[in-house]
Amino acid sequence: MTTDPDLDLTLLRLLGPGEPEVDCDECFELLDRYVDLELADEPAEEILPGVRAHLAGCPACAEEHESLRALVELDHLS
Amino acid sequence: MRAGDTNETMSAAAATAAPATAPDDWHLDLRGDGRRREEAIARLHGLLLRAARFEVSRRRASLPRLTGGDLDELAQEAADDAAMSVLRRLDDFRGESRFTTWAYKFALLEAAVKVRRRAWRDRELTLEPETWSQLEHPAPSPAATAERGALLAAIQEGIRTALTPRQRQVLVALALNGVPIDVLAERLGSNRNALYKTLHDARRRLRAHLEATGFTGGRR
Ligand SMILES: [Zn+2]
Repeated sequence: MTTDPDLDLTLLRLLGPGEPEVDCDECFELLDRYVDLELADEPAEEILPGVRAHLAGCPACAEEHESLRALVELDHLS
Repeated sequence: MRAGDTNETMSAAAATAAPATAPDDWHLDLRGDGRRREEAIARLHGLLLRAARFEVSRRRASLPRLTGGDLDELAQEAADDAAMSVLRRLDDFRGESRFTTWAYKFALLEAAVKVRRRAWRDRELTLEPETWSQLEHPAPSPAATAERGALLAAIQEGIRTALTPRQRQVLVALALNGVPIDVLAERLGSNRNALYKTLHDARRRLRAHLEATGFTGGRR
């Protein structure tokens, strides 16, 4: 957005992703499918639109997405 | 439901098995009865405890004063709460993901919320909107200073004039003061989804204000 990464982060937090997004409840409902699709290299965002934008705008859901992805990846490794 | 020795054993067994290839249909026994159901519940609890411990350990830096025992207690509580949610919502699972992925998310959510709330338990929340700390730190170059100055002034004006008091309170707490949404929800007697909707409305109004002032996407 600008030439300053700190400012960009502040702007993202203040202004949000600026595109259609699901809400937190919908994100939670879809999160398991979204992660399984991502890890299967399927186009998760095309199949479940609005999740990626929500994850960009919502730090709490984003943390839970990262954790779920990391945990399922760990299972795939073992 | 408290994790005892049986669950510990189940957890260890689940961790050493190869979940990616192991049959994923044991969860059907959760709907059954008798011994098979008990075994399936113990297995479920082991899986949820593993996920809760995983989350607590990822976030442990935010809880420097908690002992290993405290942290594990937090994980146990999260696993217990998650088990209740999973058993209550079994009908919501329609096989569109792996059962483990579906079940894990309940434990990760419970654990993440508990960690956030514990980390902020003794911190006072400033819910006064006149805290602009994040908007005031110095910019790296004169050009960036000018760009930043105009934009930040427009944002401050937008926050002051374009939002309702509630929208201003929620936006400042979440986006500027870094208060986790679950912590704010607890203090305001609300929930994550309702606060996110308020945040979303505030963001839309602020965007509209910036566009009316001549900025698009953060640029003039
Ligand atoms: Zn969210």
